Amino acid sequence: MAISENKSERRLERIDRGIKARTDGIYALLSWREISYLMAPRTFLLMGLLVLPVFLPEVWQRVFCLAGIYSLLAIAFDFLFSYAGMVSLGGALWMGVGGYTVGILGSEFGLPPVFSLPIGTFLGGGICTVLLLPTLRLKGIYFAIATFIYPFIISHIIEALQIAGGTFGLADLPVIENGWVVLYVMAVLLTGIFFGIRRLVIEDVGMVFRSMMENDQAVSASGISITVLRTIAVYIASCIGCLAGGYLSVLYGWVGMSFFALDFSILPIAASVIGGPGTFAGSLLGAFILVPLTEFLRPFGPMRMVGYSVILALFVVLKPEGIFPYLTRKYNQFQRWVEV
Amino acid sequence: MDILIYGLINAASLILLAVGFSLIYGVSRVANFAHGAVYIATGFIAWALMNKAGLNYPLSIVLSVVVSALLGVGIYQGLLIRVRGMPASEIIASFAIAMGMIEALKVVGFVGSYGNPVFVRGSVEVLGIPVDYQRLISVLVAFGTVVFLYVFIRRTKIGLSLRGIAQDERSSMMLGINSDLAATISLAIGSALAGIAAVVLLPLGNMYPGIGYEALIYAVAVCIVGGLGSLGGTVFAGLMIAFAQVITVRFLGGQWRMLVIFLAILVILVFKPSGLLGRQKELEERV
Repeated sequence: MAISENKSERRLERIDRGIKARTDGIYALLSWREISYLMAPRTFLLMGLLVLPVFLPEVWQRVFCLAGIYSLLAIAFDFLFSYAGMVSLGGALWMGVGGYTVGILGSEFGLPPVFSLPIGTFLGGGICTVLLLPTLRLKGIYFAIATFIYPFIISHIIEALQIAGGTFGLADLPVIENGWVVLYVMAVLLTGIFFGIRRLVIEDVGMVFRSMMENDQAVSASGISITVLRTIAVYIASCIGCLAGGYLSVLYGWVGMSFFALDFSILPIAASVIGGPGTFAGSLLGAFILVPLTEFLRPFGPMRMVGYSVILALFVVLKPEGIFPYLTRKYNQFQRWVEV
Repeated sequence: MDILIYGLINAASLILLAVGFSLIYGVSRVANFAHGAVYIATGFIAWALMNKAGLNYPLSIVLSVVVSALLGVGIYQGLLIRVRGMPASEIIASFAIAMGMIEALKVVGFVGSYGNPVFVRGSVEVLGIPVDYQRLISVLVAFGTVVFLYVFIRRTKIGLSLRGIAQDERSSMMLGINSDLAATISLAIGSALAGIAAVVLLPLGNMYPGIGYEALIYAVAVCIVGGLGSLGGTVFAGLMIAFAQVITVRFLGGQWRMLVIFLAILVILVFKPSGLLGRQKELEERV
């Protein structure tokens, strides 16, 4: 009876476009149309990252750098969230540790950014990993809580002991004078890291990461140490995050308490979740939507944070898929109503 | 002797902050990152009811605690119910709502120093040390809360069903306990406890939205050290951390206060990750 009642109902059917089906196989290289279908999204992204900055006015070049920083944080968050099953609320931790490491290398040892940025990245990543080590053996909320608490603790310590510049921070750090170099360091690094991490998660180690997220007991039963794996994952993410922090301190020539601000925790998460977790391109998209938006909404001050939090909560609850998978679907599939 | 008194007072505030979080986590397994936000929001709601709506103090206190319970219900029914069972999304959703609430308080204009009045002015000498009445009240309220919770979750029908859900959700559901209702109740009670903590503790100092984050950190720390979801552990850990803090502040200085919390968490995570009185679930909790 239920069947006859539903007879006139329609449902939405999604079918791959013909060109998508053809380009999935080896025939992709048979015609320019198919090649360009495959290349278009990637070319669009590369053009956006590497060519677009040339045409931006100076103010927006700065915004581009900021968006790059948030993209890096979002990618690091997304990597841990979607491929290792860990929620990091610690964008601020990475920013602070990375920024201060590069800052101290610059002010105490007088290293130019050419050296301080890479050293700060890997050293800072190591510091973050060691700090988070006690929580890596545990499942559940411990990791999230530790990443949330650390920025508070570290900024408290810096404030209380007046080390590393204390409340005022470290100013007059060595910077890169040439604006184009600053811009293109970010553009190239972002491109490299984006494609690199996309490759990483489909390599063997990426598969193990994912299986660790799906079923940790099976992985440890296979004789793979989950603690080691999680440490590796956290180190990779921390390095990316610390690079973002170090880059910001090089960009401003200054590092201070505001590197531990919660903005750096919430905005990358929002970017990643809105863009579509698990895709990395979504993180990029989200950051490059939210950061310019932030610049436009500057007059609204703290209201923006409220807005981001609300949007983030709504997306997590109502549309966990995100924007980018939606776009991918539109690109690859068409949909029609069919009678059931 | 003053260490004993101040330690007890400090313990009372830590326990008051933590029991709500502990109850919510213990029953619904939701790490309610909005706990601190509810705490500070209740303080400001009480302030607003009194100074803007012109109600008298006792009425505004009662009303603001009711509002905090409603906030808890709203958070669960509006958001968390849809992401239940996805821990990552639960954390992000409740963290987002916490930040939204706290930043919204800043937007509304609660920046600067606000303060709720104490219940009773004046102080009394306890064993030769002057203690103001408000601190004495906070100790009594903390004690009362713990006793109430102990009786509530062991003697009443609702409490027992909450415990059932906490121990084995599927079996409890087979026995006719509504899991979502239980979680809603736990969030309501937990948030109301945060509200009670707020109206009792906030008059002791200045109110500013950032307290929400600190309150969350304190609550979480006490719960981790004591064992997530264990009432006895929460009380025990609250006492331990409080005395450790008071002793540290006495001998090393106030700036180390925050560090004590953190060291406690680290030591516990390294040596006994399930917490002092938590039950160890080897395979499920450790990886």
